[in-house]
Formats: sequence, structure tokens, C-alpha cells
Amino acid sequence: MLDHAPNLTQLPNRPGVGFKPQHFDALMRDPGPVAWIEIHAENYMGAGGRPLAQLHALSERFAISVHGVGLSIGGEGPLDRDHLARLKHLLSWLNPASFSEHLAWSTHETGYFNDLLPLPYTEATLARVCAHIDQVQETLGRQILLENPSNYLAFAESTIPEVTFLAEIANRTGCGLLLDVNNVYVSACNQQSEPHAYLDAFPLEQVGELHLGGHDEDRDDQGARLLIDSHGAPVVDPVWALYDHVIAAGGPKPVLIEWDTDVPDWPELRAEAERAEAHMGALAQAL
Amino acid sequence: MGQAAFITAALDASQPNPKGLVAPDGSPAGKRFDVYRNNIAVSLTEALETGFPVVCKLVGEAFFKAMAGVFLRAHPPSSPVLARYGDALPGFLESFPPAASLPYLPDIARLELAMRRAYHAADPAPFDPQILAELPPERLMRAVLYLADGVQVIASPYPIHSIWRANSEADAPPPGREAECVLITRPGFDPVATPVFAATAAFVRALTEGKTLEMALTAAQNADPEFDLTATLGLLLSQQALTGLTERSDHE
Amino acid sequence: MSNTAKTLAVAGSVAAALAAHAPTSAEAQAKEKCFGVSLAGKNDCAAGPGTTCAGTSTVDYQGNAWTLVPAGTCADIELPAQADGTPREGSLEELSRDLPA
Repeated sequence: MLDHAPNLTQLPNRPGVGFKPQHFDALMRDPGPVAWIEIHAENYMGAGGRPLAQLHALSERFAISVHGVGLSIGGEGPLDRDHLARLKHLLSWLNPASFSEHLAWSTHETGYFNDLLPLPYTEATLARVCAHIDQVQETLGRQILLENPSNYLAFAESTIPEVTFLAEIANRTGCGLLLDVNNVYVSACNQQSEPHAYLDAFPLEQVGELHLGGHDEDRDDQGARLLIDSHGAPVVDPVWALYDHVIAAGGPKPVLIEWDTDVPDWPELRAEAERAEAHMGALAQAL
Repeated sequence: MGQAAFITAALDASQPNPKGLVAPDGSPAGKRFDVYRNNIAVSLTEALETGFPVVCKLVGEAFFKAMAGVFLRAHPPSSPVLARYGDALPGFLESFPPAASLPYLPDIARLELAMRRAYHAADPAPFDPQILAELPPERLMRAVLYLADGVQVIASPYPIHSIWRANSEADAPPPGREAECVLITRPGFDPVATPVFAATAAFVRALTEGKTLEMALTAAQNADPEFDLTATLGLLLSQQALTGLTERSDHE
Repeated sequence: MSNTAKTLAVAGSVAAALAAHAPTSAEAQAKEKCFGVSLAGKNDCAAGPGTTCAGTSTVDYQGNAWTLVPAGTCADIELPAQADGTPREGSLEELSRDLPA
């Protein structure tokens, strides 16, 4: 557990976007309301070249959030020390405003499976995840934010509600939370539960960053709606409404637009960031 | 249910879904589990397509996707740094019977991997070529020239550079039939693949192995007595491939 | 060639290469501009794959890869009859036209 209560994040309470290299020139020329960018840690672990040069140039202009997708914090096995060392090296070089990871696993033995795989919410999982987060925070020497997952199914063995599980992780380890509002919507739809109840139980005071993104729609075996967290479309209106609910209850937060597949041209992505900013502005006027 | 069982079932659609994974009504997860199957297989297949665009063009997308499905299950990434994924593909292709009619395919995959390595290689230290001019000739012979991190050579019995070029550039000439060696460099940020003589490839390979200029020259002249050192050094300088030198006092 | 003659020949080659290589500040300027990836229509395919934290609705069909036949641009490539990888004699002569040196 961290022995002090750090600030949850040094990101500004403004919109950010997930950085795509094809947007580099347009982003530098015309950021609009974008005040910070998020990168995936694993894509900047090479020795040099354009990725690190672009990142360095971006870091002189924007606050940076580093988002890890490969630590496999929920993995049954020990954390990959080589990967943790690469991460420490990147964060030491970049000194970003925030580092976040996922409540998920992706590595088994020596294989990395490039997906955020689900966990049963049990006391045993809780203990393991907390031990891994302690190790990560000690190694990196900083607080991390942990993101809520998109759920497509549930584990019959789960005994703890997801919100309670996340809140308990934050309590035990001193980590902050990253609240992905689209994931809340996707999970609620897929689990036929109520997203407002989830958000009302969520410890918003522990939240250092919000995510917004688009999803795809499919059907399960019974023909029920099955939403897929594809980050390949605009944010839908029900997710904007949940975002309003979150900032009305917890105040404005750094908010990220994630768009990872079928990535649009820069003006369309910037327009999503403008919309997120407008929602914050509308909230401020209403107060 | 443990994570080993989850992965085993996720990688093999003929396996039953793991027990204990449920839909909201408590029924077995069914298609909901397939979301993870798809995420793993599709994302890794796409990673391979992104990493080996010329291999993909050569065999066609349907063949590539099916081949990738076999490869990713036998050789999942060994780390989350996907920019390195695919090191095992050339060896896999050598022993993948459906690709046996394309014997050059493994070397094309090696070329694409080498370009990718060069892209992510360390930035070269600034180098003043005048250091070379200032060394007396006998000390020059014993000098070890350092090459930039991403500099690599590939020698193939197939025309890999022209095959690669014909599938990467519009209006490139059709590939011939002759053996080709390729030098990969990265002046600035964009890797460059240059066809070179076998002797040039031998020279550069010797330098990448830390051999002295004299030893590299011997290796090159063994490949071709007519080896052109001036042209080769000119190429390396223009490609920002030289980064420094050190002098060795003894012969190895 | 004696060792001394060889050494002098090498020094001559090095001097000739250096004389021909005239680095300009344009190289450094080009580097600044190339931060972006849209270099005259060239895309950044050498970057290779990256990670994702998104899912997909694309379905993976695990077909029988062992029965497939390559059907891409490889059909346009004629290789010598000896497909065992043996290079043909004098095979590098034609290549010299493409060499930059």
C-alpha cells in the first residue's frame, strides 16, 4: 500500500484523446480543446525512431497519460518482471502525468494474448490483484489508476459485486481508479443490469480519469443485445448521458475519447473532444 | 476454473466452453465466450497482417488469415510489445507445407521483420566522417567501424528485394529471377531497403559482427575480388549507417 | 597486392568516399519535418503492429489452413526451375543496374 495519499492525477480536467500516429501533424497544428493525450505504454518500448521522437515532441506540448495494456495485473502467475522493467524505464524517461492499467489478465505462462480477459470476483482474486498492484506501485514509485472492464459474461463463482471489488482494491492498495463510462454501459447492457446503480455506488472520489468511446452491437445465443467494446465508432447518446451523470455527481474530471479501430480523420475525433468539453461547460453553467 | 483452461478453450473453437462462465440468466456463456475467442485470434491475425504486408499480398488475404490462425496458436506473442511479434514467422513458413510452393516467402518475412526492427532501433549517435580521414592508413585497417542499431543485411537465393519492391511500390518493375542481397538502413526515421552485391553484404555483415575494417575487407573480397570499398562506404555514409569507430591494437 | 599497397588502397577508398559524401543541413531539416508520417503518400507500414484495449465484433473462422493454396501476387513471379534455393551462376550481373553506387 502506498504510504501517502498522492493526487489522483496531474492531468487537467479537460478532454484528451488516444493518440494515433497518423494524427500527429493535425494534432500539433490544430488541437482544439485537446489538452492531453493518452498512449499505450507497449507501443513506446522500442529503442528509438519515430515513435519516441513523436512522443517527446508531444510531451513538450501536451500532458501525457500512459495507459498500459500488457501488465496482466489479474494474471494467476507472477507479474512479468522484464515488462515491469520496460515500463519503469519508459515512465522514468517520460515522467507522464498519469499511469493507468486494467482490471484484467492477458498473459498466461509465456504467452501474451492481446486481449483484456475477465476475472472472477472472489476473495482470492482480490488478494492476488492487490498484491500485484502493490508490486507495480512499489516498482514504479508512483500511484496507478485501475480501469473497470467491459464484461461479456460473468463467473458463476463470483461473490463480490464489481464496484465493491474495485473500491476494495483502491482501499487496500492506495491506487486510484479509471472509470470507463462506455465500459459501464456495455457491461450493464450485457449483464442486463442498471448502469446508474453501478455509477451511484462507484467511489467517484477515487477516480482520476474518465474514458468515453464507441462500441459495436451484436446478439447472444438468445438474441439478447451483446455490446462489444470496439472503440470504433462515435460515443452514443446514452453514454454521454451517463457521462453527464458522473460529472454532475463527482465534478469535472480529465476525460479521454478512445477511438482505436476504424480511426477517423482528425476533425471527427477533435469534434468528440469538443463535445466532451461542451458537456463540462454545460455542467459549470448549471451550477 | 483457472486461466489455463480459459486460454485452452479460447484458442481452440472445437473445445467446449469452460464451465462456470454464464450469461445473465445463468445459462452457459455460449456466444459470449466467443467474444474472447474472436478478440484474441482476430487481433493477433491483424497484428501479423500489419507486420507482414508483403507476405500477405503474396499469398492473398484468405491464405494469410488461415496461416496466421495456425501460427498465432503455435507462437503467441512472448511479450506485450507487439512491435516485436512475428520473429518466429520465417521459420514457421519454412515448415508450413501449404506455402512450400513459394520458397522465397521466409526471406520476404525476414526482410519485413528487419525493416520493422530498423524502424524501432535506437537513434544513431552523431558521427563526423572526418574521424576516418584523420586516421593513418595502418591504424584505419585495425579500426572497428560501428554501425547504427538498425543496420542489417539479408542474403537470399531469391530476388527478395525486387519481389518486396514490386509489392510495396506502385509502378515498380516486375521481379526478375536472380538472387539478391538487401541492406537495411534507417537514415532519419524511415527504414530503407537497398539491393547490394553479395560482397557488400559480406562486408556489412562482418562490421555488424564487430570485425575490423581489414577483416571485413577480406570477407568482402572473398565474396568478390572486385569489391568496391569506396562505393560501399559512400552508401553507408549516405544512409547514416556509420556511428563511430574504435581502434583495436591486436588481431583476433 | 602487398599489405602496404592494400593499406594505402583502402585509405584511398576511404578518402574518396569521404570526398563524395557532402552532408548538408538539409538532412537535419528533413528529420524535423518527418515527425509526421504522411511523407509524400508513403504510409508508415514499417512501424508494425501495436497493442489494443478494444474488442472486435469480427468473427474468427478457424478454417482448415492445410488445404489452402496461396492466391496473391505470388502468381506473377517466375522463379528459376531449381526451386531448391540454388543461386544461378553470374546471377548478380543484372542486379547491378539497380545499385546506387
